[in-house]
Amino acid sequence: MKLAFELETYKSEIKPTWCPGCGDYAVLNALQHALTELQLEPWNVLIVSGIGCSSNLPHFLSTYGFHAIHGRAVAVAEGAELANPDLHVIVTGGDGDGYGIGLGHFIHAMRRNLDLTYIVMNNEIYGLTTGQASPTSEMGMKTKSTPIVGVIENPIDPIALALSAGATYVARAFSGDVKQMSELVARGIEHHGFSLIDALSPCVTYNKINTYDFFRKRVYDLNKEGHDPGDLKAAFLKALEWPVMQRDRIPLGLFYRNDKLPTYEDLEPAYKKGNPVTQRLGVEDADEILNEFL
Amino acid sequence: MSPHEIVFRVGGAAGDGVSSTAESFAKMCARSGLHVWTYSSYQSVIRGGHVWTQVRGSPEPVLSHGTEPNVLVCLNQQTMDVHQGEVPEGGAVVYDSDLVKPDPAKVRKGARLLGLPLRKLAQTITPNGIVRNTVALGAAVRLYDMDFAQVEAAFKDIWGDKKPEVVEQNVRAAKLGAGEVEKAGGSLRFGIPFSHEPRYLMTGNEAVALGALAAGVRFHAQYPMTPASSILHWMAAHGPAHGVVVKQVEDELAAMNMAVGAGHTGVRSMVATSGGGFSLMVEAIGQAGMTETPLVAVLVQRGGPSTGLPTKTEQGDLNLALGAGQGDWPRGILAPRNTKECFDLTAKAFNLAEIYQTPILVMSDLYLGEGFRTVDRPDFNVPIVRGMVAADGGVAAGRYQRYAYTDSGVSPRAFPGMKGYQYTAATDEHMENGDLISDVLAGLPEFVEERRKMHEKRMRKLEGLRKDMPPPELWGSPNADLTLLHWGSTWGPAHEAILQVEEKQGLHVNSLEFPSLFPFHAEETLRILKEVKRTLAIEANYTGQFSRLLRAETGYKPDFSFLKYDGEPFTGREIAERILEVVA
Ligand SMILES: Cc1ncc(C[n+]2csc(CCOP(=O)(O)OP(=O)(O)O)c2C)c(N)n1
Ligand code: SF4
Ligand SMILES: [Mg+2]
Repeated sequence: MKLAFELETYKSEIKPTWCPGCGDYAVLNALQHALTELQLEPWNVLIVSGIGCSSNLPHFLSTYGFHAIHGRAVAVAEGAELANPDLHVIVTGGDGDGYGIGLGHFIHAMRRNLDLTYIVMNNEIYGLTTGQASPTSEMGMKTKSTPIVGVIENPIDPIALALSAGATYVARAFSGDVKQMSELVARGIEHHGFSLIDALSPCVTYNKINTYDFFRKRVYDLNKEGHDPGDLKAAFLKALEWPVMQRDRIPLGLFYRNDKLPTYEDLEPAYKKGNPVTQRLGVEDADEILNEFL
Repeated sequence: MSPHEIVFRVGGAAGDGVSSTAESFAKMCARSGLHVWTYSSYQSVIRGGHVWTQVRGSPEPVLSHGTEPNVLVCLNQQTMDVHQGEVPEGGAVVYDSDLVKPDPAKVRKGARLLGLPLRKLAQTITPNGIVRNTVALGAAVRLYDMDFAQVEAAFKDIWGDKKPEVVEQNVRAAKLGAGEVEKAGGSLRFGIPFSHEPRYLMTGNEAVALGALAAGVRFHAQYPMTPASSILHWMAAHGPAHGVVVKQVEDELAAMNMAVGAGHTGVRSMVATSGGGFSLMVEAIGQAGMTETPLVAVLVQRGGPSTGLPTKTEQGDLNLALGAGQGDWPRGILAPRNTKECFDLTAKAFNLAEIYQTPILVMSDLYLGEGFRTVDRPDFNVPIVRGMVAADGGVAAGRYQRYAYTDSGVSPRAFPGMKGYQYTAATDEHMENGDLISDVLAGLPEFVEERRKMHEKRMRKLEGLRKDMPPPELWGSPNADLTLLHWGSTWGPAHEAILQVEEKQGLHVNSLEFPSLFPFHAEETLRILKEVKRTLAIEANYTGQFSRLLRAETGYKPDFSFLKYDGEPFTGREIAERILEVVA
């Protein structure tokens, strides 16, 4: 059967500008596959990103895009989603962007359970600014900004954070497995509520520790090992496995999914008047409003 | 002071219900056909401290909250200590006789001392004496000879039909207070002519919210901060019924960034805050400038720097507004002078933001934002002009040029959801189609040129915007000896001062005022300034931020200045005194 939207139709004219071998190519590829699988109309998709190598992603797609400022992608996306809940709003960006400078917005968006899909290209480094430590850099990692004894603070555990903050779809993918990543992204977009896909996406230029090889040796599919994504307690245990408890095994796959909770949009009273972008402007009954001032 | 007007002041500790008592009284005045102007002096505490509110009501239009109160209600000793000497002959000091002692040496001759057992009287109605302030209110109503029907009507407005017993208790309490006045000499016999034509009473912040609603705001994001919070409160209570998504957010960074996201999708979006919050919005408002996203930012100033004086007024954020954001980007700054302009200019801001696809700031301050004033009925039939939008239905040939070069600098917008117009907006420098210049192209000769052209395109919007911004206005007699220069809430006290010196000293003073501050109307301002004699610039900040803008834009330096930064609003009297000093 011929598809209305082939994989190619989601590509823009711009060729990605990432370093050869950068993990972000796989994320772009996975997202294109997910959009193709879901057959979303490109004009009803808005991809919002922050600043970083990874945040250049929207330019490589033929959907609508908003390449915002560093750390604010989630907030911009929330505004767009609240103003036009009919759009498919997807946020993309880096670990510095989302787990560092933008951490506050990330947590609050999750507790709102807004219907957003957030794909973080986590390379455990600041790529665009040429290799400083990021909030997910491991203890001891030497970088341009930690040259003497390496990183001396704990890395953020985005999965555990997401579970505790109220995200209702929490997954981890790896750029070495585009097929699994496409599947996790597609289900995340479909999910009614906030979806986080933490995508381990190696920076081949500035992170010489967390390489493809590093991950290949350690990753495993938690769903194949019998993890039940409906079980929040079990999800927490799995979330803590890496990087909190040990660094030998890294679970990939769907940690948690809950489709029963209402989204923010389900509860927002203003939508009784319809989608804000299509509402008629102007006030119908000025007297009703003004009487309280008499 | 005219004896034919009300200047009512009530003071106590925070938690004594001072502001709600004053608000009820202001409402009674407005319902009795008076022009009303209030000012609340309060502090950043929830309990204790010293707070007072003054309500001025007059059959003639008023321009400030006035000076000396002709009825003072002291709910605690500190109010008596601080204010007892201010009540002039013919006025009255009402106080709780079980709690408060006046100092007869300090009370002015001819001011009536009216000690009433307020709490005990209140306890005859409710055991906890909660209606104590209403007993005092009833006394004031009787002292001014106000119609008791208005008292009842005002209580009904406040508590609605839902709590008839509360309305009834308060009416009884007010009658008790009135009865005590009757026993102690009756009214003050001011002979104020009341009418039954009620007037609309609202704060500047409420007028801003109403203006936004009239203009079709559909997204409002805010983080609480005095003195802007009442915009959030009004919007949260009333917005959703009119389809407005109102979001209290985690911080002001989120507020501005969400407003940008909302504006990008094509809804009319807005934020409101004070200086501290606006400081946090700075990077993101520049983002709106760069991505050409319309939005309205309301900045209600308070005393700075830093946390400063949260409950006091100032005009110290003009430099911040003018300079917010790295690099140059086109912005508009409107500065309402009064409550009516809070409504009108906010509504206008939404049109300007969409016509020029850039942020428009509306700057007011605590004095204007929080003070209750009577206004004519706001006209909700405001023009709604949405600016240039690309036609629906797809682009004929090639890619959509979101940032197409045009003479006006304005390019037709498209919104996510419109088929065939997909593009990516970027905060990096970009080309007409939105593609980046910054990453692999910057510095190549062709793109040096491209950057120059794109930057000029954006900044060119200022030329059109300037023409659409309200011009400076010369108010008062054309041939004046002195011209006052001011902006924002100084309008009322400045006009009052001008009328005073004309009446008392026969001086001719006029004023040049600026409902918009940027882009600055330099030519028009210079043209007017060429015709005036001497000028006195009046501003509530330390460095004369407006005077500096005026000088930067026109080279003109005012002859005199009057700068105030003690947190209190200007009074007509002190401006009049400064006028007399400089013309002497
Ligand atoms: C407010 C602000 N601070 C700093 C920067 C500089 N900056 C740009 S990208 C970046 C970090 C990028 O790291 P990450 O988000 O992990 O993205 P990556 O490049 O690794 O994909 C920083 C610090 C900025 N653009 N804005
Ligand atoms: S620097 Fe690292 S993150 Fe950036 S493009 Fe190159 S490989 Fe990718
Ligand atoms: Mg990174």
